[in-house]
Amino acid sequence: MSTTEAIWKVAVDRQACIGTGVCAGTAPHEIEIREGKAHAPNPEVGPSDALIDAAEMCPMAAITVTEAATGRVLAPEE
Amino acid sequence: MTATQQVRAYPFSEEPGIDIDPLYGALRRDEPVSRVQLPFGEVSWLATRYEDVKTVLTDPRFSRAAAQGQDQPRTREEMTYEGIIGLDPPDHTRLRKLAGKALTARRVNEMREGAVRIANEFLDDMETKGSPADLVEHFALPFPIIVICELLGVPFEDRAKFRVWTEGLTSTAQPIMSLVEELFGYMGALIAQRRAEPTDDLLGALVKARDNDDVLTEQELLSITGVGLLLTGSETVSTHIPNFVYALLKSREHFELLKAEPGLIPNAVEELLRLIPLNPAAMFPRYATEDVSLGGVVVKAGEPILVSLPGANRDAEIFTNPEDVDFRRANNPHVAFGHGPHHCLGAQLARMELQVALEVITSRFPDLDLAEGDEGVEWKKGLLVRGPKMLRVKW
Repeated sequence: MSTTEAIWKVAVDRQACIGTGVCAGTAPHEIEIREGKAHAPNPEVGPSDALIDAAEMCPMAAITVTEAATGRVLAPEE
Repeated sequence: MTATQQVRAYPFSEEPGIDIDPLYGALRRDEPVSRVQLPFGEVSWLATRYEDVKTVLTDPRFSRAAAQGQDQPRTREEMTYEGIIGLDPPDHTRLRKLAGKALTARRVNEMREGAVRIANEFLDDMETKGSPADLVEHFALPFPIIVICELLGVPFEDRAKFRVWTEGLTSTAQPIMSLVEELFGYMGALIAQRRAEPTDDLLGALVKARDNDDVLTEQELLSITGVGLLLTGSETVSTHIPNFVYALLKSREHFELLKAEPGLIPNAVEELLRLIPLNPAAMFPRYATEDVSLGGVVVKAGEPILVSLPGANRDAEIFTNPEDVDFRRANNPHVAFGHGPHHCLGAQLARMELQVALEVITSRFPDLDLAEGDEGVEWKKGLLVRGPKMLRVKW
């Protein structure tokens, strides 16, 4: 616990986002819909399977989750 | 207030055509969350405003899983076969993720060139046969079926069977479980083939996910491939192609605009999706898991609520001049594909197919028109989707 690996960054590409709400329904604690587009109220969060799922399921690949310490992309996988 | 609210029979009307009942507009204004009684099941709430609809579709306090086993408000006596739509996250997530990867915007874009070729081949045949012709039989039916068949790896030659299953499963009159069993038997045989000889089509990938990673059950595999992808992936677009062409031909200036400015076709598809419902009546009620205030009422724990997507799509709070057809609309966040976790899995594929359909039709048949006016248009009856089952056109 409390190592830097435990911090994830979540970024939303609001240009790519088409506001399906799939992400907000999948990871309601990490992502919400604001003015029709996905929004991460906390850009840095603790590890969350739901967040990975949300990024994987976005049809536009508009959500990217990275490891804060290393910048390694955790989702979506390519 | 709740106790005295009027309970209206629902659907409000079942007119053929592409319009929706004006009552949705009145309810949006005066009674945004109202009481309705469907032909079967318990009394339900109905949300008609855009923001309320989105709340019901994303707020985890409104559950699809909690609807299972309830006397759900519905248009036919037998329960709809729900499959993945009957689940909440995270169960739902596990299944949706598997197929979703094959249907992202990027993957669908890779399929576009093939879809254009296929669309042109069907129209070649229709042209050879000669004017007038039924656009449904010659184009709208087979085109989406072959696209989904190629994606999944299902033989297009079996399409006559798919028709029987699709019409049965979307019928408000027929018993459906025997048809579901037939469909599952058919998919089961194809799955057994994949086990003997692995393939790299989507069906092959899902079989691997089942066998190697054990992320879904056999029943879930049958459900998502048979109902979720094969049937849903074809019936929807097969219904909307003739809906859209009918709308364009009834307002000729719109057809002419797309001929003159084909760059507007993606916008036109969004606008037609906004205005023309695939199914004018709401289905798949959510059940409140606790008391929730919404649109001036309290939806109590254990009560069902339906949402009207066509109602939300004409909400003047969101859409300027919502009743107007405007292919230059700058902001069009319609909810024709739903919203939230159950947002249509195939939305990007449907968009691409509808765009391709309008592109090839407007460019190849600039003089296209209804062959016998409304006499040459026959509408589907007693189905969960609304659209022409015959659309006679001339060119």
